[in-house]
Amino acid sequence: MTNSRTLFAKLWDAHVIASLGMGEDLVAIDRVFLHERTGSVALRSLAASGRCVTDPRRIFAVTDHIVDTLPGRTGTLVPGGAAFLEATREETRKAGIHLFDVEDPDQGIVHVISPELAIVLPGATLVCPDSHSCSQGALGALAWGIGSTEAEHAMATGTLRVRRPGTMRVTFSGRLGPGVTAKDMALALIATHGASGGKGHAIEFAGEAVAALDLEGRLTLCNMAAEFGAMTAFVAPDEVIFDYLKGRRYAPRGPAWDAALTAWRLLATDPGATFDREIVMDAHAVAPMMSWGVSPQDSVPIDASIPTPPYTGSSARALDYMALRPGQQLLGTPIDAAFIGSCTNSRLADLRRVAAIVRGRHVANGITAIIVPGSSAVRRAAEAEGIDRIFMDAGFDWRMSGCSLCFYAGGDGFAPGARVISSTNRNFEGRQGPGVRTHIASPETVAASAIAGAIADPRDWPPLPAPGDGKADDRAHAFTAGAEAR
Amino acid sequence: MSVFAPVPLVSGIAAPLLRANVDTDAIIPSREIKGVGKTGLADGLFAGWRYLEPGSRVPDPDFILNDAAFARAPILLAGENFGCGSSREHAVWALHEYGFRAVIAPSFAPIFRGNCVTNGIIPVILDAAAILAITAAGGPVTIDLLAQTVTSGDVAAPFAIDTEAKAMLAQGLDAIDLTARHAAAIAAFHIADRIARPWIYLEATS
Repeated sequence: MTNSRTLFAKLWDAHVIASLGMGEDLVAIDRVFLHERTGSVALRSLAASGRCVTDPRRIFAVTDHIVDTLPGRTGTLVPGGAAFLEATREETRKAGIHLFDVEDPDQGIVHVISPELAIVLPGATLVCPDSHSCSQGALGALAWGIGSTEAEHAMATGTLRVRRPGTMRVTFSGRLGPGVTAKDMALALIATHGASGGKGHAIEFAGEAVAALDLEGRLTLCNMAAEFGAMTAFVAPDEVIFDYLKGRRYAPRGPAWDAALTAWRLLATDPGATFDREIVMDAHAVAPMMSWGVSPQDSVPIDASIPTPPYTGSSARALDYMALRPGQQLLGTPIDAAFIGSCTNSRLADLRRVAAIVRGRHVANGITAIIVPGSSAVRRAAEAEGIDRIFMDAGFDWRMSGCSLCFYAGGDGFAPGARVISSTNRNFEGRQGPGVRTHIASPETVAASAIAGAIADPRDWPPLPAPGDGKADDRAHAFTAGAEAR
Repeated sequence: MSVFAPVPLVSGIAAPLLRANVDTDAIIPSREIKGVGKTGLADGLFAGWRYLEPGSRVPDPDFILNDAAFARAPILLAGENFGCGSSREHAVWALHEYGFRAVIAPSFAPIFRGNCVTNGIIPVILDAAAILAITAAGGPVTIDLLAQTVTSGDVAAPFAIDTEAKAMLAQGLDAIDLTARHAAAIAAFHIADRIARPWIYLEATS
């Protein structure tokens, strides 16, 4: 089967302009996305070097990382943050780059709005100076995170010099159980194979459980490839993706759409194509996951206890930082705060699943609970459906869109020592503020824990029947059948 | 246009920070990134570990860089998956400004490794046993980029590095200048690609 090619090979080979030797290629870059925290540096440095952006129509910029997400916002709460916003505005205007600024109705987290606006397309290469750019591989694109200097290179030349990564296929066979989500799949993979388990590889996610994920679930899964040490990850595009993209702002139209669709349908790994590495996971065996340490690899099924190997060095430090003991049960551990948001889990489907759990319930006394939609469009859609009311009635803060408390930049933050359960992707030391202890989990698990006031298993918190509401049975059914299954 | 001083050879004391999965938030916390630029970051390097209290500048005597013996080390010895996490290039700018010219680790996060090469820090991949041997020897370390060897006391270990990365580091080459040599191939690619994938070109929609 010498003609059998992987999807990765198809994506890569279509973009190679020249071989640079020793495994490095000059690769065409179709889209560059910038955000104000790292993109501003790239834009200013590029301008200072006397170089210019060769094709500004392919470059997009957004304010997401340090924008204030409190209602009525005008700018940023981050000390010195205004300079990043100003630099982004000034340099994008001079270069002729489209900026989705704070007040723009399409503002939001780069990895949320890029799919929403069809800026990312199947078969495209997309880079952004942000490690979670790999999220966008969910649409069948080759999307990866780069540094600011590489962003300058991509803007000045329309290319990047890149070492061809190895190929890995991660197959999730079978179906997910009730209350188990894409986030749990990702954490189970990383817990099993380590935070550098995907190093040097471009990962194709495949298998029945992946095919059954909606677009949002696939974005969540690919998002966490950054936490697996992979260069990028992607899923072969299918009708789910094509249906999603059709008619969106930057999607091709008319005959161009038909031509694109014909090409996109060929974007799949051929039967018989081989990968450098293969990993198979049993989706049915994946439980809701919860991190206990300071790396995403320090994660266990939520009803398991913290492992009890000999703790030395990094793992001993992690337990000490998290104020936990070997063998301790995570379930029932009291929390101080809950956060739902970030490029991992802030999309409408995530918020709908959260709403199904919190409807008719209330956040436990003393718990700070915050929901930040991933984009202004997600916020509007949630409000149109009335699920913002469900959140607020339950005691959650309902905010403007942005990266928000996924990380701490010196403004908005959790108190030192606070134990936070979070739908984000990183549980690093100090990630959500100095001394803050972050547990990462699915939005369902965060919601259940916020209500319980302690780490809780979402399977113990099925949707409440709502008297007089004929939809209650449907909601309960959707939950037990696997929250993200189509 | 050269962006950094070439590093064909790095020689000096190596500071051991042998923790796995040291992330870029640890290398430079987001709150320490205060300006739109590549400088003014050395003070924030490892701020969460280097100082006793968040936001303070009181050195924690237990942190390796606060040990006088390692204060001016140009080489960092590190654990698996060094530089994981955020793509923030500030992590590399902070290491460079502080004085590091090489990091030796069993593996690096891919974005971090690329950032090292574009900023004049040699990312040296050695297995954990060799790194432990260098740490135990405790003497000066020499990294010869051209010969691709690390030597320290009785330890002499070869390492692999891409030819492109090696050339950029050894000569302080700028990647954009290098790519400019391929201008004709880039132009030819786009002529063919506009026919093959017209929907990628956004002039009609933007």
